[in-house]
Amino acid sequence: MIKQDAIEEAALEIMRRAAIVIPDDYKSGIKAMVKEEENELSRFVLEAMCENWDVAEEDRRAMCADTGLPRYFVKIGNEAQVEGGFVALERTLRWATARATQEIPLRPNRVHPLSRIDHNNNVGILAPEIEYTFEPDADWIDIISVHKGGLFGSDYRMLFPGDGIDGIKRFFLDVMLEFGRRGLACQPAIVGVGLGGSKDTAMSIGKQAACLRVVGDRNPDPEIAALEQELMVMGNNIGMGPMGFVGKSMVVDCHIEVAYTHTGGMPMSVHSFCLSSRRAVVRLGPGGEIEYRTDPEWFTPYRRRDTVEWEGVVPPLDKAVAQ
Amino acid sequence: MKTKHIELPLTDKSLKGLELGTAVYLQGSVYTGREGLYKRVLDQGVEPPVPLQSLGNANFHCSPAASVNEDGTYNLGAVTATASFRFARWLSQWFEISGCRVIIGKGGMTEDDYRTHFVPNGAIYLSTVGYGTGALLGRGIKRIRDVYWLEELGIAQAMWVLDVENFGPFLVESDMLGNSLFEREGRIINENVDSLYDGLRQPALKRYGETTSRSDEVV
Ligand code: SF4
Repeated sequence: MIKQDAIEEAALEIMRRAAIVIPDDYKSGIKAMVKEEENELSRFVLEAMCENWDVAEEDRRAMCADTGLPRYFVKIGNEAQVEGGFVALERTLRWATARATQEIPLRPNRVHPLSRIDHNNNVGILAPEIEYTFEPDADWIDIISVHKGGLFGSDYRMLFPGDGIDGIKRFFLDVMLEFGRRGLACQPAIVGVGLGGSKDTAMSIGKQAACLRVVGDRNPDPEIAALEQELMVMGNNIGMGPMGFVGKSMVVDCHIEVAYTHTGGMPMSVHSFCLSSRRAVVRLGPGGEIEYRTDPEWFTPYRRRDTVEWEGVVPPLDKAVAQ
Repeated sequence: MKTKHIELPLTDKSLKGLELGTAVYLQGSVYTGREGLYKRVLDQGVEPPVPLQSLGNANFHCSPAASVNEDGTYNLGAVTATASFRFARWLSQWFEISGCRVIIGKGGMTEDDYRTHFVPNGAIYLSTVGYGTGALLGRGIKRIRDVYWLEELGIAQAMWVLDVENFGPFLVESDMLGNSLFEREGRIINENVDSLYDGLRQPALKRYGETTSRSDEVV
């Protein structure tokens, strides 16, 4: 049984880690870019960012004051048992968010969209967002905290099958230029692309591709992996760097996720996870085990499955009834 | 990189030598302000809680990641600027009543805005770097001197008056003639933009757009 007390402390801790410590994969990606960048202004920006991450860790302060929209992703093992059930879990995650806002502190960014009422704790209607996925043959839960900046760098477009790879490339370039100018997207970014599904799926898998996969990770489908590489190179060849200065540091990595879509369409979304690519993960086991890491491992083979059955996930129906 | 350390409040003399792209560190005091403040003072005509001139002449488009402790003191972590282009429409009037000479923020504004609002008031724009250098800037803040309208505007929009030291880096984005570093860089990048799209077919379905040229900015 996974205890709510343990969940609350861990969920608070990952919000703190995400806000303060830049994940290693992203940091090494940027350090590699500093070496390659020839433009003085662009290099100056990258170096300032590296210094900023060091200061954040030394001083234990948030790396960026715009702590974005704090949210959680939860991966639940099929055999995991959570004390009080999932309503209790959601309540705990709301408490952790409110406490994190006060104790780290995070900026209380969350307001009602019309009245602009701010509870000063990043909690409100559908806030924090909590998204779920499940995992077979596991008795733990993973909780992932992501603080993503919110205003620029994402866009959506309905493309059609006939638009093909050209259409994908054009829209990718459009978004890079649109939000790269003046560095509105705070690039170099991990760029996530969502392809297919229904419109909302295209948006959410694109965001997850940006926020929940690490620099260097490739999609297991070789064709998609090749397109990821191609888009990354394309982005870095625009001639633009951080803050929209002349340079070639634009995309630290590109991740594409797909979902089966309407036969007549090819919806596409693009998302930029910025210079504060903040994520942290905790795994809670049934016996009170707690393990922290920075790779969400969100897109498992199970999550990307494309068939009806999954070996060994669900007991056959008759067996379940008999038990 | 050219680097300058400058005392606040800014004087004509310190403003003069500043070239586009110079890295700047500040010392003295700055205050935060954004749409909440501009709306309240300029649109609603509410008297500022303190004579603006007494706060210095550097206005920071930002809101700190701060919280108020139970004993009434403040807990300030990081500070990061917010995108300034949204505030351009208030600035001429703001410069007039506040006497500000420098706006610090994210993303700058257009050369048009600089020539309309900044140049006549002898003001320049300093851009934060990155932009996520919140921890670095947070370290440069030595003391929260005051906060005004915390209740009325909330933590994010309140006026925070900050004593700063070695506060930066910032980059000079606009000069006394209203030139913009971002636009200068954008013009160079634009030379290559059309060729990026060479050979890529147009999608079947067009979109209504407010800008149709890829050399345009969206701000
Ligand atoms: S986009 Fe990222 S780095 Fe930039 S201000 Fe927002 S949270 Fe900070």
